[in-house]
Amino acid sequence: MNLLLTIILDGLIQASWLFIVALGLTLVFGVLKILNIAHGGFYALGAYLAATAVTIAAAHQVPPGVGFVLMLLAVAAIAATVGLLMERGLIKLFYGRDEVVLLLVTYAVFLVLEDVTKLIWGVNPIYANQPYELFGNVEFAGLFYVGYDLMLIPLSAAIGLGVWFVLNRTTTGKIVSAVIHNAEMSASMGVKINQVYALAFAFGVMLAALAGGLTAPKISVQPGLSSEIIILSFAIVVIGGLGSVEGAAVGAILVGMARAASVHLLPQAELFVIYLIMAAVLMFKPEGLFRRETARRI
Amino acid sequence: MKLSTNPFVLLGLVVLAVLFGRVIPAWTLSLATVAASKALVALGIVVLARTGNVSFGQGLFFAAGGYGVALIANEWGLTDAVAQVLIGAVCGGLLGLVIGPLIARYTGIFFGMLTLALSMVLYGALVKTTVLGGSDGFNVGRPTLFGAVFNDPREADFMLYAVSVVATGLAGVFATILFKSQFGLTSLAVRENNLRVEYLGTSANRIVSINFMIAAVFAGASGALSLMAQRHIDPEFAYWTTSGDFVFIAVLAGSQSVAAVFVAALALELVRSFSNLYLPNTWQLVLGLFLLAVILFLPRGIGSLWAGRRRKVSEPPAEPAAAGKGAAS
Amino acid sequence: MTPVLSVRGLQKRFGAVVAADNVSIDIPASQKLCLIGANGAGKTTFVNMVTGYLKPDSGAIELDGSPIGRRSPRDVARLGISRSFQIPQLFIELTAAENLTVAVSSAEGGRLSATASADSGDRRDKAVALLDRFGLAGHADRPVAELAGGVRKLVDIAMALARRPKLLLLDEPTSGVSAEEKFATMDRVIHAVSEEAATIVFVEHDMDIVSKYADRVVAFYNGRILADGEPSIVLKDNEVRRYVTGGAR
Repeated sequence: MNLLLTIILDGLIQASWLFIVALGLTLVFGVLKILNIAHGGFYALGAYLAATAVTIAAAHQVPPGVGFVLMLLAVAAIAATVGLLMERGLIKLFYGRDEVVLLLVTYAVFLVLEDVTKLIWGVNPIYANQPYELFGNVEFAGLFYVGYDLMLIPLSAAIGLGVWFVLNRTTTGKIVSAVIHNAEMSASMGVKINQVYALAFAFGVMLAALAGGLTAPKISVQPGLSSEIIILSFAIVVIGGLGSVEGAAVGAILVGMARAASVHLLPQAELFVIYLIMAAVLMFKPEGLFRRETARRI
Repeated sequence: MKLSTNPFVLLGLVVLAVLFGRVIPAWTLSLATVAASKALVALGIVVLARTGNVSFGQGLFFAAGGYGVALIANEWGLTDAVAQVLIGAVCGGLLGLVIGPLIARYTGIFFGMLTLALSMVLYGALVKTTVLGGSDGFNVGRPTLFGAVFNDPREADFMLYAVSVVATGLAGVFATILFKSQFGLTSLAVRENNLRVEYLGTSANRIVSINFMIAAVFAGASGALSLMAQRHIDPEFAYWTTSGDFVFIAVLAGSQSVAAVFVAALALELVRSFSNLYLPNTWQLVLGLFLLAVILFLPRGIGSLWAGRRRKVSEPPAEPAAAGKGAAS
Repeated sequence: MTPVLSVRGLQKRFGAVVAADNVSIDIPASQKLCLIGANGAGKTTFVNMVTGYLKPDSGAIELDGSPIGRRSPRDVARLGISRSFQIPQLFIELTAAENLTVAVSSAEGGRLSATASADSGDRRDKAVALLDRFGLAGHADRPVAELAGGVRKLVDIAMALARRPKLLLLDEPTSGVSAEEKFATMDRVIHAVSEEAATIVFVEHDMDIVSKYADRVVAFYNGRILADGEPSIVLKDNEVRRYVTGGAR
């Protein structure tokens, strides 16, 4: 029973930050129809920025709680700006070209970001663990959990619900939904597509960076983060359905649980189970669990 | 037959390339060897891309070839380089034969994602398989050639260079012939309009499967070549960034010219070496910028610089009345 | 004599839209049958079902007495039904001759050679010969992307002929062709096809073309057949005039 609980909680904790990353990726795909490989680069950027912010905050003796919030704000702001610049300055040039071309453009940006982070922050691991102690430890069914980790669950749920609410209940959100469904039609009805694209992209990569910032206190921040996270978030988004918010949530939970379960039960399976599920979904329900799209020939 | 595509001329070029290896300095030799083996995988991607499907998971066959050969080499002491390349090709081909029909139905990014997922499944499995060394992999011994052992490093390097160039060169000659063949033409047709191909009575999926298998064979053979060069195999062979590297070369080259694939592979290895030497931690930056430039300015790849438009527009002859005037709409 | 095509009780709905409602037609060999009807009346759905692109909800389709209702477009093509498209479905980056070579290679079944060049040989010759039947041999080496709409239409039809089909379905063969040229185009098509003595079903909106070239006319409305018979009779039918051709009193 304890084991089950551990797995469930571990799974949910993983799912929480995975969801935030995947949400950003799926939104960018939904609106711009781009599978953004550079998304992983923004996650890493967020982690590195967070590490630096934490160090600066500690140097200026800012109280840890305040420092934490400031760090997240800084990460979000910087990432959104970079994202905006990237979309307006680069991606825009390739609109209308084949989807594979855009994929390659984002791959190029991914490569560039990899080295940029290495040049700015070096290749050695960086640690920024102070915020990790913010929420103390919690005892739950005889086991100790770090409060920070548990905090991620309601936080990501809130973000998810917030995005869902905006998309479905606000005017801006409905405009964005319209663009998701049919960009051409929306444009002909007067929607400023360029603005929607820019907004969606900036928001999407901001989420990736935010997730990076939130996980930075838990990990060692080093090169290689981005290539790992991108492939994982691809799996989630494919499983849930490209462009679907609910799908990202379900996919994240599935992948989080799969990871937690295999770590505790069958460590050998950990990595490939996730990609096996991804492959299986692609074969039997390529649209993912929540979306309609044609993927096959007749 | 045109000089540039006459198989005998091309084979002659391969022989020349091998002989050339005798006079170039050691660092160029190893660079060219690496470039040749990467070009081989990229060539397979180009062959497949001519059906409209881009594989982001050739690492699957690359690793299958490498591990297959490594296991056989260690288990049965098979060290002959040519045999190893052939075994690698067979390993890749068998896997491609099995997987091809399963995924030929998919198009666009779904096809890409599926190939990616499958390669990552292998990666995940390899990393956790302790008998294969897990994420560390394992080593293999030096390759031999037709019984001859190469103790002198310079000779060993040249042998490897020669085998790589010949393997890749032969694949290149085959691809050149394939591109101009009826099968090659129908493959292009699948890319252009797979629905019409079906309506004409041919299975588009079968065409894709066959091209897929060819790409798998090339990638498997290249896995063997890389194994021989590094004398080491590990799961990285199947990682998605390895696959991405090969796609990079294919994109740079474009899908019209076999020669462009070699040029692209060589160019990228040169860029990588030089930036590693003078500006460490920048080769990905340079490659990324390079890729962007190519996509922007040479959308059809390097090959478009000399392959040009598919056909020159010739002077339209006097048209029969109906077709001529009817065409005015 | 078994009819070349026999269709019985075809039904097809898309949600609330009835695309085929109890459609039954027997088409004897060598007949030139024309389908008329407003857009959305069910003509293209009929063509799609006969060629295997859509599966009917119920009903039977037989070619020379053998059922083909559940077959794929590929199988149907191999069994002897070819079609051309309202919007030409071509291999845009390839030349006209290459488009036809692909069609001819496919028609000849068997292996597609991985070594024999596509630029020369038997199949290429047949491809150019097919183009020549439509007077298009001069366009052979021009990329289809550069050809005008009317010419592309003819290339599209030529490709459908590569298989020497028992039944040829032409979806609006003269659409996109200027009014003065419609007869000339249709003449050319019929002439090119006549060598095969194939059975032809064509979809048309221009009633003058219909009167001149059709042996028999079937009028569709809301998925249902309104009238079926000789052009002179069908075109004067009141319901047909009301729902299809216009001009009803």
